[in-house]
This record gives sequence, C-alpha cells and structure tokens, in this order.
Amino acid sequence: MKFLDEYRDEILAGKVVDEIRRITTKPWVLMEVCGGQTHTIVKYGIDRLLPNEIELVHGPGCPVCVTSLEMIDKAHAIAQRPDVIFCSFGDMLRVPGSDGDLLVLKSRGADIRVVYSPIDCLKIARANPNEKVVFFAIGFETTAPANAMSVFQAKKQGIENFSILVSHVLVPPSIASILQSPLNRVQGFLGPGHVCTVMGYHEYEPIAARFRVPIVITGFEPLDILQGVLMTVRQLEAGTYEVENQYPRVVQRDGNRVAQNLVNEVFEVCDRKWRGVGSIPKSGYKLRWEFREHDADRIFDTKEIDTKEPDICISGLVLKGVKKPHDCPAFGKQCTPENPLGATMVSAEGACAAYYAYGRHLEKREEAVAL
Amino acid sequence: MNRARQTDPVEDAKTQGAIHDSQFTNNESFLTASCPLPITNYKQIVLAHGSGGKLSHQLIEKMVLPQFRNELLEPLHDGAIFSLNGERVAFSTDSFVVSPIFFPGGDIGTLAVHGTVNDLAMCGARPLYLSASFILEEGLPMEDFWRVVQSMHAAADNAGVKLVTGDTKVVDRGKADKIFVNTSGIGIVPNEVNIHPARATVGDKIIISGPIAVHGIAIMSVREGLEFETEVASDTAPLHELVAAMIAAKIDIHVLRDPTRGGVTSALIEITQTAKIGMLLNESSIPISEEVKGACEILGLDPLYVANEGKVLAIVATEDADRLLQVLRSNSLGREAAVIGEVVNIRD
Repeated sequence: MKFLDEYRDEILAGKVVDEIRRITTKPWVLMEVCGGQTHTIVKYGIDRLLPNEIELVHGPGCPVCVTSLEMIDKAHAIAQRPDVIFCSFGDMLRVPGSDGDLLVLKSRGADIRVVYSPIDCLKIARANPNEKVVFFAIGFETTAPANAMSVFQAKKQGIENFSILVSHVLVPPSIASILQSPLNRVQGFLGPGHVCTVMGYHEYEPIAARFRVPIVITGFEPLDILQGVLMTVRQLEAGTYEVENQYPRVVQRDGNRVAQNLVNEVFEVCDRKWRGVGSIPKSGYKLRWEFREHDADRIFDTKEIDTKEPDICISGLVLKGVKKPHDCPAFGKQCTPENPLGATMVSAEGACAAYYAYGRHLEKREEAVAL
Repeated sequence: MNRARQTDPVEDAKTQGAIHDSQFTNNESFLTASCPLPITNYKQIVLAHGSGGKLSHQLIEKMVLPQFRNELLEPLHDGAIFSLNGERVAFSTDSFVVSPIFFPGGDIGTLAVHGTVNDLAMCGARPLYLSASFILEEGLPMEDFWRVVQSMHAAADNAGVKLVTGDTKVVDRGKADKIFVNTSGIGIVPNEVNIHPARATVGDKIIISGPIAVHGIAIMSVREGLEFETEVASDTAPLHELVAAMIAAKIDIHVLRDPTRGGVTSALIEITQTAKIGMLLNESSIPISEEVKGACEILGLDPLYVANEGKVLAIVATEDADRLLQVLRSNSLGREAAVIGEVVNIRD
C-alpha cells in the first residue's frame, strides 16, 4: 500500500541500522515519548536491531496510561449517576479504577457509550434532552482540538446538557520533569510526531537548549523510528542538542495554527496530576471560565477521592523511563491485559501491553536485562 | 544474542505473540494478591466475554465445560461429530446478534444460514437440515423481518440445505436489539474424513482460502458513529462446496476452521492450544485487499483479528499443500488462496 509499505521496507531499514551501527561509539539512552512509537518499536523488534550501545526507554506518551486514578474514579462516579450518559473512547473502558472499570459499571446498568469522536456526543445530547451527556476528554495535545471543538459547538448551538470531564495533559512539561528528575538517564528524545502536528515544535527548543539534549520529532512507522534514532545518535555523537524534524511529511515548526487557536480559546493551562508520576506544574488543560457550563468537574459534585496505586505496580517508573515493563515482578504474572494492575497494561499504546502482546514476558530475564 | 537478530523482526514478533497465547496461563494465583485494584473475576458478564478472545475462552473453560464435560464437547470444535446407525453425523449451533442487521454484502439472515452451514463444513460434513429460532423485539418493522426471512430462504436454497424446524419469540421493546437469530444444523460426514484441531502437526502448512478481514470491515463501515465510505462488502458465503471439493480430491485435511469472530489469529490460537504446537505466519503472504488494509490502518485494527464470514483456514501436510491450493483456486470462493504459514514446535 502506497505511503505505507515504503516506511516498512526491510532493505531500507537494514541500511539505516547499518548507518546507526557505523556512527555509534558510546552507550546512549534514548526515550521515545509516544506510546504509538513504543508499540512500533516492540512490534517490529526495532530495539533488537539496534547496536547494544543504544538503549530505548519508553516515555509517558500514552494518554490512557497517564490519566490519574483520581480522575478515573471521578469519571466512574459520574458514569454511575442515573441521569448521565457517559461517553468515552473505547480504550478507557478497561482501565481499572479503585472499584472496577467502566465495562463493569456498564454491565451493572450504567449508560456508557463508546464514541469515535467527541462531536458524536453532541448528537447523543440532542437526542436525549433529559439526560446529561458527559464526554471523558483525555489525551495529549493531539486530541485537544477535537475535544475543544465539541465544547465550542455545544456552546454555539446551545446544547446545555453536554459537558466534558477534562483530563488533558501536555508533553513539554512532562519531558522537562523527566529531565529534572535525579533518576533521569535519558540523553536524547524521539519527540512526539502527532502532538507536534498540532502544536509545532518550537516549544521544544528551549527544553533542548536548557537541558542540552537533542530532540528529534519522529513519526510512527518503523523507518521513521530508525531514522529518528539515527538523527538523535548523530547529534549525541557530535555533542549537539538541537530540535530536528524527522517527520516533515506531517509536522511543521509552527504546527496547525487554526487548531491551536481553538484550543486556546476553549482551554487554559493548569497543573495536572499524572498517574504514577504525581503532579506536574502547568502540564494540563482545563476549560476556561467562559465554558464552565460544559465543565463536568463543576457540574457534578465529585469529592476528591483518596486513591492509591497498587504497591506492586511500577507503572510510574515505567512511564518515567526508569524501569522497563519486565522489571516489574507482576508483569505477565498477576498483571496481564485481562487483569491489568496498572494502565500501562491496558492501552495498546502502553509499554507493558506492547511488551506483553509481542511475547516479551516469555523470555528469560537475563536476556531482557542485557538489552 | 537473541532470535530476533537472526530472523525478520516482523515474523519474529508475530510468532512470539502466537506462542505466548498458546501457553494460556490461568490467573488463579492472582486471586490471592492483596492489591486493591485488580479486577480478578468479573462479577457480571461484560461485553468482552463475547469477543471470541481470552475472556470468552475463560467463560467456557471455567464455567461451561466442567458442567458438561464429555468426549464430544471436549475438543471445542465448530461442531460435534458422532455416529447414528453407522452414519457419522455432525451437529452444530450458532447465534447471530449482528448490528446493523443489514450491511453491504448480506444481512443477519444470510449470516445465520452461512454460519451454521460453515460450522458443519468445518467438520467436513455435507450440511442437510437447519433449525432457526427468532427472538424479535417488539416494534421491529414487518418489512425488515420479511427481508431477513427471504434472505434466509435464498441462502438455504443456494447452500442446498432445508430449514426443517424453528421457533419464534417476541420480547418487549429494548429487551433485544431488533432481531436475534439462532440456527442449528446437522450434516453427514464422509467416512474417510478425519478433521480435528489436534491433528495440526509440526511441519504442516497453514492455508487461507482468500483475502482476510473483509466481513468485519464491511460491518464497521456501516456501524453507527463509524460510518465511512468503502467498496468493501461482506464475504459471507457457504463454504461446504469448497470443503467437499477438498475431500473429493482425496486430500488428507488435518484441520479446518472458519476464522469468524476474533479473526484468523483467534482461530489459530485455539488450534495451537488444542494441538500444543506453535505457528509461524509469514505476514507478507497473507492475502488482504488494499481497501481492507487501508481501513484497518485508519481504524488502528490488526486485520488478523478482524472477522471473516466466507473464508476457510486449512492445515495440511506440506506434500498436500500445492494440491490443496490448486483445488481451492479452481473454485470461485478460493481464487486467492495462499499458504500463510506453518506449524512449528512450541517454544521451550
């Protein structure tokens, strides 16, 4: 298939791998930010094609994974109300909260619907004027424009029974937070291709300069990833730390201005709690005051619930790139996609789910560690 | 350092997936963990129990099989085969709850006839008689019911089976979704046929009769909230003549399976579990149309997990593979048949 097979071409991939081998002289630790990139890496075994010196650690870029447990419990509390139709993307349905997941609440009678776009919720709201329709607005900058549009349209069309529960997160503050951590090992980043499609990549330039790390905005096909690694390693070996764009077929420096304007009109930046990581200043979006009538957080009195991650789950360390999924004693044993302990085992973009899907839990630990 | 370096990473990743799934682990130990979060055992049936994946499997393995355990049920094949007055009879049943009930290439009626005809065909049987039970929701337009019944009639005629008994129930509005259909069927299995998932043997070739994932994509293209324009129409078709042609060619078919719900992967995983073998698929040899591939890319689906309704997976010895391909390709339903992989040893 055109525009697809080229980016999965074995022979080309082999050439890029050879070039990476040729230029690599020292050990380097690279983080791919996006869960979609992690999935490609594990699916195609890209980490195993690279020279031993290069270690890929998996970043926080899985929206399902980083949504805080409090937020999930809040969502569950709203979804259980008899006057609510709760709408969500499908992959949030299996994320465990403190008491079950949305799938269980649905089986107990809650009206929970999977939608493919938040705009579809407006249709549902119009068709059910006596119900309150709530959309669970999670995700990074990538999904922010569509979520913003749903609220913008609801206000414009006077659809009063529609609101969103906002749990948006932002990539640049999370990267800065990883780099500031005393545990940090990451020396270069494969930047988030789709986030930058919306936002551009100029906001990564101060981070690269401040922390002296190369950031290469990278796509999601195997050849994109390999080329991103090559460009990052080239910079590391040369001692430079610039923002480069591996994904120019989609990403421009300024991003999508129309989308950004809409996002800025509807949302404002706020502090945000990340699952397994904790609160990061200015790392999320919330609805602006002008749109408060569509803010589920204000409409529904959801008490702050004191929730605790399971002791055994290390998803926080996995999301920060400190640990790998198979470093977790529960990985592939107590924790599987059928019985996930943490969100990183739920979403296809989660590092633990990707490792499990491609059989890495069956391998000997010594070998895994030697990667 | 590891296997991945010696082989194609794509194939390697795929085998790893197949093999891990074949080593189905139960989660008994998990019940004793003290963690407050995990959902160990669902207290209610959730939708995922009907996905054809691991939760469906658990439901049957842990709740149904222990109650009814017998040698006919045990193989969990598409149907049971037993002897009656010297004749080998295959018996199978299937329920249909597809939504929407009308879709490009067919409707719930054609699917209900083909589904049971194909389950019988997967036992190697010549289908003879069907039953049909309808559960109708109050308010269903009479015209819709008429359309479904007519397509069942056409599908049964076309497949050469007779609908000989049935039942109808109507439930309150909201207690069913328009129309649910159950069909059961019986057929006669020729004596020389010995089809059983346990017969998959290391070295055997895995063959598919045509392009995969067509039915699932056709349904999704008309599903509410996901409507997209596509030329893809369901591949729903009766497969018994294709199977009869294989048997007539005196090919020793080890395993047959129609990869419906859960797709090719789920069907193959079930076979690996029964036969305690592994499988190695060659991704580039799996037939798939550009339209279906494109839709899967856009929707983020793995076509190997998307449903088929007119395809058969056959597992035969290497020396029979070419002949089987010839037989399949000379039939209109198997024109694009291909060898997609082989049976290998389970790892470790």
